[in-house]
Parts: sequence; structure tokens; C-alpha cells
Amino acid sequence: MRRLSRLAVATLTCALTVGTVQAAEVNVYSARKDHLLKPVLDAFSHKTGIKVNLLSASEDQLLERLKSEGKDSPADLFVTTDVAHLHAARVAGVLQPVTSKAIETAIPAAYRDPQGYWTGLSARSRVVFYAKDRVKPSEITTYEDLADPKWKGRICVRSSSSTYNQSLLAGLIAVNGPTKAEAWAKGVADNMARKPQGGDRDQISAVAAGQCDIAIANTYYYGGMLTSTKEAEREAAAKVGIAFPNQQGRGAHMNVAGAGVTASAKNRGEAVQLLEFMAGPEAQALFAQANNEFPVRPGVAASPVVAAWGVFKAEDINVAMLGENRAEAIRIFDRVGWR
Amino acid sequence: MLLRPQTACRPPNAWVLTISVLAGLVSLPVLAVVANLAAPSLDIWRHLAATVLPAYVGNSLLLMLGVGLGVAVGGVGAAWLVTMCRFPGSRGLEWALLLPMAMPAYVVAYTYTGLLDFAGPVQGALRLLGGWASARDYWFPEIRSLGGAVTVMTLVLYPYVYILARTAFLEQSVCVLEASRTLGRTPWQAFVGVALPLARPAIAAGVALALMETLNDFGTVQYFAVDTFATGIYRTWMGMGQPAVAAQLGAMLMLFVLVLIVVERLSRGAARAHHTTPRYRSLPRIRLRRWRAFLAFVFCAAPVAFGFAIPAITLAAWSSGSETDVAAFVALAGNSLILATVTGGLAVLVALVLAFGRRLHPTLFLAVLLRLTSLGYAIPGGVIAVGILVPLTALDREIAAFARQHLGLGVGLLMTGSVGALVYAYLVRFLAVAANTVEASLDKVTPNMEAAARTLGLSPLATLRRVHAPIMRGSLLSAALLVFVDVMKELPATLIIRPFNFDTLATRTFTLASDERLADAALPALAIVAAGLAPVVLLSRAIARSRPGDHS
Amino acid sequence: MTEGLKIEGLSHFYGTRAVVRDVSLHVAPGELVCLLGPSGCGKTTTLRLAAGLETARHGRVVLNNRIVSGDGRHVPPEGRHVGFLFQDYALFPHLDVRANVEFGIRHRPPPERHARALDMLEQVGMADYAKSWPHQLSGGQQQRVALARALAPAPGLMLLDEPFSGLDRRLRDQIRDETLGVLKRNRVATMMVTHDPEEAMAMADRIAIMRDGRVVQMGRPATLYDAPADAFVAAFFGEVNTLAAIVRDQNVDTPLGRFPATGTPDGAVVQVVVRPEAITPHPSADGVAMVRAVRPLGAVTQVLLELPQPDGSPLDLRCRLSGAGIPAEGERVAISIDRALVFAPPLTG
Repeated sequence: MRRLSRLAVATLTCALTVGTVQAAEVNVYSARKDHLLKPVLDAFSHKTGIKVNLLSASEDQLLERLKSEGKDSPADLFVTTDVAHLHAARVAGVLQPVTSKAIETAIPAAYRDPQGYWTGLSARSRVVFYAKDRVKPSEITTYEDLADPKWKGRICVRSSSSTYNQSLLAGLIAVNGPTKAEAWAKGVADNMARKPQGGDRDQISAVAAGQCDIAIANTYYYGGMLTSTKEAEREAAAKVGIAFPNQQGRGAHMNVAGAGVTASAKNRGEAVQLLEFMAGPEAQALFAQANNEFPVRPGVAASPVVAAWGVFKAEDINVAMLGENRAEAIRIFDRVGWR
Repeated sequence: MLLRPQTACRPPNAWVLTISVLAGLVSLPVLAVVANLAAPSLDIWRHLAATVLPAYVGNSLLLMLGVGLGVAVGGVGAAWLVTMCRFPGSRGLEWALLLPMAMPAYVVAYTYTGLLDFAGPVQGALRLLGGWASARDYWFPEIRSLGGAVTVMTLVLYPYVYILARTAFLEQSVCVLEASRTLGRTPWQAFVGVALPLARPAIAAGVALALMETLNDFGTVQYFAVDTFATGIYRTWMGMGQPAVAAQLGAMLMLFVLVLIVVERLSRGAARAHHTTPRYRSLPRIRLRRWRAFLAFVFCAAPVAFGFAIPAITLAAWSSGSETDVAAFVALAGNSLILATVTGGLAVLVALVLAFGRRLHPTLFLAVLLRLTSLGYAIPGGVIAVGILVPLTALDREIAAFARQHLGLGVGLLMTGSVGALVYAYLVRFLAVAANTVEASLDKVTPNMEAAARTLGLSPLATLRRVHAPIMRGSLLSAALLVFVDVMKELPATLIIRPFNFDTLATRTFTLASDERLADAALPALAIVAAGLAPVVLLSRAIARSRPGDHS
Repeated sequence: MTEGLKIEGLSHFYGTRAVVRDVSLHVAPGELVCLLGPSGCGKTTTLRLAAGLETARHGRVVLNNRIVSGDGRHVPPEGRHVGFLFQDYALFPHLDVRANVEFGIRHRPPPERHARALDMLEQVGMADYAKSWPHQLSGGQQQRVALARALAPAPGLMLLDEPFSGLDRRLRDQIRDETLGVLKRNRVATMMVTHDPEEAMAMADRIAIMRDGRVVQMGRPATLYDAPADAFVAAFFGEVNTLAAIVRDQNVDTPLGRFPATGTPDGAVVQVVVRPEAITPHPSADGVAMVRAVRPLGAVTQVLLELPQPDGSPLDLRCRLSGAGIPAEGERVAISIDRALVFAPPLTG
């Protein structure tokens, strides 16, 4: 037994010495697509010499892993595609607040956690897409319009299991209250052209194919289709127009992809450094160009296709609200039969 | 206490201890999932029952009914035709029928939606022919539906039934069949009246495996827009942040599986499917001609075409345009192959030790514990993956705390996020596959053979090595290959438990496909299929040789 | 201490059900002891306890002066050096005949091992089949190979579990004799389980009759036949006539006469057992009995007699005769009784 423990100690010491010899590292749990995040991480490593270790999985599962690993978790930075998960991570106590001048000057307050637990890194809007040949943009000016019976059998939207829909409804709960939000969800569910299925691109394609007249989807999917290498996708996107709702009122629903430093971070300094890099002009440009998202840092140019949509009014609520109302949103979806 | 056998009079035995520890380790994640069963959550339950639960239950039942019927009819029918009949192509079909097993269900789902949706080539050709412009001008069956899910799952899961049914048909005695013929039965009646009941335990085991896979699937049903129990578990756990309710749903699911198993066992009653005559001759094969041969060929070739050939060709066509980083690809394939090989071997070893140990010590406690180990297979992969994290990180944190306190070292988590943890996760998920096969073949070694070896001077362990292992060799190989193929395809647990910067063919396929980069996803997907081919061919040979008296 | 097998006060339970109760017996080297009894009487369990295949709850098993069971010790079967011949032979299907026989002697150097295996196969007349596979052999051949396999390590004790029950009758007699010859030649202590009294009589030096987990009587075959401990034992060896009677003054009165029933309380209803050989009919016109049927069985002839009882109902009796003087059907006969072959209480059954 004693010999065994001595052996274990020797092995451990060995492993640790090897660990200290290595260059600085930062460990990232990410729910973003590899091909979007990788270029940013590579640029960071190239610039700082800090090695980035990446583990990609769904944010729900990564959050469970963070929770069960607790203070011994190897993760330093948690990157998500949606603010709901950043909020959930904060509530679960796996993030820590960061105060950084660089971030505070780079990112508007509406896209950050008030206490600095997380930072939005790129923004997208969930908006309405319409068949150019069958719908006039003036027919649909608000999210509330979607519940109007005149759209009966004409709307395509994905399942309520998608966090994007959950956040959209969470936002409506925040601005209109749960009762009105539920009536709205019921109205939309009644107007659906088909059972919710597929992803956001599928909804835009379905409008192009004539299965429905309007669709709800995130902006960057449309941007991606417009610039797709596949001719069929470009053709489909060309038949569809984009409409930013509530431009006369509160503005279009916004959501952010972002990141937060974990409570357990062993490489806190490197993690903050990476976060600041992601908020910096170089990374912001990469996010904007590679995925057609809206850069959150003022002054960074949007991609040409996004720029062509023009300026629009974005909703001015702190996105943290979206995370808080998520569970309520799911219950509403369940009740109104939006699968 | 978990690790203490209940029979108080017997001293703790090394075997009982070993299998208790092994089985305990494998069932820990299941227990972790079930652990928060007692948590009160009436409010959520009321909400679920009033809204979505009836639909989840209904869809799950319909899905199981459809897949169960599909795999039973397809698997048993094909097994009988290629085993007992001769028709053009029957020899090739013997092994080709196994091929769809190498296909991950989600890949088949991707290819068929790609082929059959509005923008796909099939509807495109139809529009061209009919002169239609939009989806409103004509009707086409919706692939993203319950029917689509049943079809795809049947296509990839029927090989489980096929393998076991074929093995059972091969092992049957000709005498029993001939006896029934002399009693005035036609070949068809002999099949229904004699061969089928004799093969029933094997068929039931195959259908059970297929149904458990159906229940644990989340990706495919999600893709086909069918809300099942698995959907409910995901939504309540992840979306609503209610792990207790998700666990309660999961427990309901497990209970359902257990009830199915028990009902099947009970309905078998006291009838024993042991073969009573030791005499074997080569099976007389009926030569089919003309339209019979044609029908038999179509029946057996259709699943191969739809479950393997069409998706594989589609993948190949898609991948032809994509560029590939060969070195990165080799690393991916290496990761997958090593994990699958190691897990396959380990799963069979554990399954053999468990089954043998239980036979040495047939106590109720061990029987229940061993049943628990197979439940990991029926729980949705993403949920059991989280269940695996719980005991794993708990143990890891204990070690880390110990190292901090007594050694003054910050070791972090040693196991979580290691390749070892991944192998452990696979064992938790797939031990049932190996155990089913191993347990069935353990019956080939009669208790008296065991006793004979013992009285001839062999210890239990030596008996296991020198008697059981060689006699069960074919089945052990089959079990290892089944696990191998499953690990190659495994996704949810790999995604969440793998180390940093670590990818397998399955995770890469998934990442690319979920990104709608199907062309780039096609190559790793094809590689999974290719890696599954060799084991499938080996498997087919092992099965063909399994007929008693055939020595090579 | 003694050579061979000694079992003392052995008991065993399956759950709470006692299957072996306080069994004690001894098998000397070169001796063959049969455990005889109906199915479920605990004889096979006793055999498995001796082999170490079951762990005894109470009592001791001593094998060639070594305690292998009891006193808190349990030597596993592989440490007992016993040979076991199974009812289904349990040959290993993945090994050929020679490899099966060599299985228990694999630690010996190859030349010695081969020689020993061939010698054993020779002894059982299976040397020509050394290269065959078990599934190619008939039942009788498999039995012989199993015997050779069990004997190859020269065990200190042979245990045979219904070794001939799977064989047809003609083959059985032949193989039984051959097996006996091989066992005697190897001078090994042997304990054999059977439910066939004829087989036990033919093979055993001594027989232990078991019922409900107990040894009811143990002794030489002739002793058991001539002096059965009770009606159960008596009835075990072939057909008997059983007469119910009531005890009066330590005696019982039957249609065949009065027999002593010492130590039995008055008024008890008892079974009097009369072997067929005990009854000899003599042709006599005013005899009490009538010959109902005559059935030649080969060496002996079975004669069925009908005897009126006091209450008027007829009593059927069987007797066995050999040689001359066999009465004809319908003839009236007188009866004489060999009282040594009549068993009356206290040996109640």
C-alpha cells in the first residue's frame, strides 16, 4: 500500500513538472461552431503565444459538466451561442465577475452582464422573412402582427426546443408580460403552415419553396444563405426578403453569443486576456465577416451582406432578461402546443 | 450498503466482491440519474401532464410499435430466408444484410432528408417532370415525420434482430424440423410452429436491443420533428433546469423497458428453448425458383439497399467535392478505432466476468445489480452522459481534495476529460449489448462442463479461460464487434466527456453536419461506415461458423 | 483417520429447504458405494458436496485423511483431486477426444501426458477415436471418453452421477460391466448415484439407500435385500406384495398368517411386505388360492394368485418361480411362506 502511494506521488509530481514546463495555456468550453471560433482562437495563440485547448459540445451539457466538476474544473472560459445559457451559468455559480477596462470600453452595457459575469461578443437579431412575391413588407411590421389570424397557415418557424425561440418569447414576456406573451405564442402556433421542424435555414428555404409565406429566423442564417457556395441556397434566399419588426416602437429582438470566465479558472489571467482579445477589433471583425453577425464593438464594420440590410433599431433591454424568463417561456410553448 | 451480498451466512467471496464492484461502477450513472427521483416536483408534473406528456408518451409508443414490428418482420424474415433457402444472391446477402449496422442513424437521417426534401434531387426531378414550380403544386410524403423516423430506425436497427435470429436458426437441430415435417407440417408451418418458438428468446433479445436504441435516441427523432420521451427529458432538464423531473421521466422510461422485458419472460412461461437433441447435420436448404426467388431476393435486398447502399452512395457523391486534411483525418480515424477496439474488448471481458460470476453465485442481489448495468443502454445518451459525469467528477474531486490536503499538490481532475473516462462512459452505455450476447452464449457451456473442469483441477478463473472462452469464442467476438460498431457511432457521451482538442469521426461528422456542411461531413461519415465494414464481415463469418459441429 | 472418503454428519440446504440431513458414510479405497434412492432424495447433492461443487453447511468431508469440508474449511473442487463422471458426460465440445482426456493432466510433460491419455483411452476401448470430436461420438462412446477423462489424473475418489442413464438397455449392461472393470483395476474409491436398484445391486460393494435427504439404510446388497430396514427399503428392490394389517399384542394377522410386530403399539395400521420369492404355491384341489395368470419372463415365471380375504374381497399376490412345478392357470393351490422374506414392523414404512 505504501509503495503504491509512493508510486502515485511520483507519477503526480512527474505529471506536474511536465505541466509547469509547458507554455501558458487557457482551456475553453465552447458551444460555438468550431469553424467560427477556431480562426479567432488561432489568431489569439499566434499573437500571444498562449495555447488554447478547446472542447466543443452543446451548452446545456457543458454547463452540466461545469457544475459537476465544481471548483476543480479545468475550464477557464465558457463560450456560448445564446445569452440564456450565460445567465444559467451565472445562476449556477460557475462563472466569476471580471472587471476589465478594455471590455467595458469595447462592449455596450446592454450586451454585458451588469456585474461583469459574462460578456456578449457578437449580436444577432431574430426577425421575420417573407416571400417577396406573395407578401408586402408593409403587411408585417411587428412581432405582434405574427399572431394575427390573417397569417393562418402561412408561418414557418422551428421547434420551441430551440433556445432562439425560447429567448424570443422570453423577451416578449419581459416587454408585454406573460399573459400577452402566451396569447401571442398561441396565435403564432395557430398560424403555422406546418409542424415546426428543421433549423432556421429550413424555414427560409420553405418560404422560398412556397410551403409558407413568412418565417422567423436569425439574421446570420439568411446572410449565410445569401453568400452560400451552393447555388440552390443563394437562389432560395433571393426569393425571400428580410423585415426588422417593431422599428416604430421598441426595436427588433436582439440576442448575443458571448463568454464568461469560469469560477474555477486556473488560468484566470489568460482567460481574461482571451476575452479581451475577443472583444478587440481583430476578433470582432472575424466574427462579423465569418458569420454575418452584428459586431457588438462600435466601429467594427459589418460584412457587406449585413451592411446592405441597412441600419435598424435594436430592442433596448438588457439581454440578461432573456435568460431569466426562459423556463417560463418553455411552459408557455408547452401550453399553446408549439412543439 | 451497495457492495455487500445479502446472503449473510456466506463469507465475502472474491467473485461476489469483484462483480459487485464492476457492476456497481457501471450502474452508478444510472443510479445518479435516478437519485433525484424523490425530489418533489408536483407542479412541473401537473404542467407536463396537462400539456405535452400525452403526446410524448403516444409518440414513443407509436415509434416503438413501428420500429419493433419493422425490425422483427425484417430481421426474422431475412434471417430465415438466407439461412434456410437458396436463391440468387442469397450467399452475398448473408453478410450484406449486416451492413446497415455500420450506419449511424443520424447519418441516414441526414442523407434521406437531403435526398427527399424539397430542394433534394428526388423532388427536383419530380418538379421537372410534372412542370410544377412550388411545394403547393403537388403532394410529397413528409420525410420529417413519425413515419420517416420509424423507417430510418428500422433500417439501421433490424440487423440486431437479424444477427440473433440467424444465429438461433443456425443452431437449431434439423431433427426437430424434420420431426415436425413428418408430423405433417409444411415448411412454412414448421417455421411458424417450431423454428420461431425455438428462436424466440433470441428474437426477443434482438427486438429488445433495437427498442432500447429507439428509446435512447434523441438526435434522430429531433431531426424528424417527433417529440418523444427523450425530447421531454431534454427539455425539462436542460431548458427548464429541472434535473429531478428529467430523472423522473427517465425512470419512467426505464420502468417501461423493464416491464417489457418481464412481460416477454413471463409470456415464455416454463417453456425452455433448449435444444433437446445433440445430433446435427448440415441444414437442408430449400432452393427457391422464379417468382419465389425473386420475392425472397427483393425482401432481403431492400433493407441493404435502403439502409446501406443508397445512403453510402449519397455520402460518396457529396464527399467528392470536399477538400480533406489527410493528417487530421488519420488522427480522427485513429482516435475512433482505438477507442472502439479497447472498449469492445473491455466490454466483453466485463460482460463475461459478470455473467460467469453470477452463475457461480446465483443470488437475487447480483441478479438485480446486473439488470441495473444494462439500463444505461435505454437512457437517452445525452442524459446518461451527464449521469456519468456525476460519479466521475465526485470521485475525481475526492482525489483532488486528498492530494491537496495530504500531498500539498494541486492535481486537478485526473479522470474527467480523459480517454479513460470516455471508455468508462462507453461501457456504461453499451455493456448491455455485450452482456446480452455473452449471457446467451454462456448457455452453451453447461453447468456440468464447468463442474467437470473444476474437478479436473481448474480454478474458476482458469475454467473461464480454458473452457468458456474457447467455446464461446464466436459469440465473444460478435459481442466485441457489436460494441465496436456502437462506439464508432456514439455521439452524445463522446461530445461531453472527451478531453480538450480531441475529436473522433463521429464528433467531426456531427459538428460538420449540424453546421449544414453535409459535403464535408460526408467523408468522416463514410469513414465510420468503412471502419464498420471489416467487423461486420468478421461478424458474419463468426455467425456462419457458430453452427455446432462446424469446425474450421 | 481413514483412507478413501469419509462423510460425517453432512447437511445441506437450498434456501431453507433441507436436501441433505445428517449423512454419514465411508467409502474405502477400491470400494464402490452406491447412493440409491428416488429422485429428489438428496443423493446427487451428497455427491456434489463430496466433490466440493456445493459448499456444505454442516458436517465434514474427509478425503484420504484430509479434511476438505467442515471445521470452517472448504477446499474448492480443483483442490480435491476427485474424478467426476456426469450424467450428460459434459465433454468439452471445443476439444477432441484426446485433448479432453488430457485436460486434467495438462501439467505433466507432454510425452507422459500423451501416453497416459492413450492408456486410459485404451482401457475404455476408445483408443481409435483419439482424434474424433465429441459430437461425432455416440452416447456410449461419449460415456467412455468421459470415464477416461475423469480417471486420467488418477483421482483419489471417483464420483459417478447416474452415469448410465443416458444409454439404451443393451449397451448399458455392457458399459456398466466395462466401467466396473476399469474402476476396480484402478483401485479407486468410488461413490455412484443411481435410482436403479438393479444397477446398484450389480455394481455396488455397499449400497446407501436415501430418502428425504437421509441415509435410511446402508449395507451390502444382499443384506439390504435380505434384511431391509423398512418397507421403503424392501420395496425398492423389485416388486413386493404389501398387506395392510392392524397390530394386536405385538403381532399382526394377515391372510398369509400371523407375523411378529414387536415394539409396535396395539391398533396401529402397518404394512407387511412379502417378497414374491417368499410365496411358493403347491397344487392342491382344496388349496386356499386360485391361479389367475402365469407369465413366463425368461429365467423366472411370474404367477398371479387370488386369495379370498375374511371380508370376502379377493387379495392379489405375486410370486416368482423358477424351474419345474409351475401351476397352470385356474388351478387351485395351497401356499407356503418363507418367513425370512416377509418383513413386518417395527420396520414400518
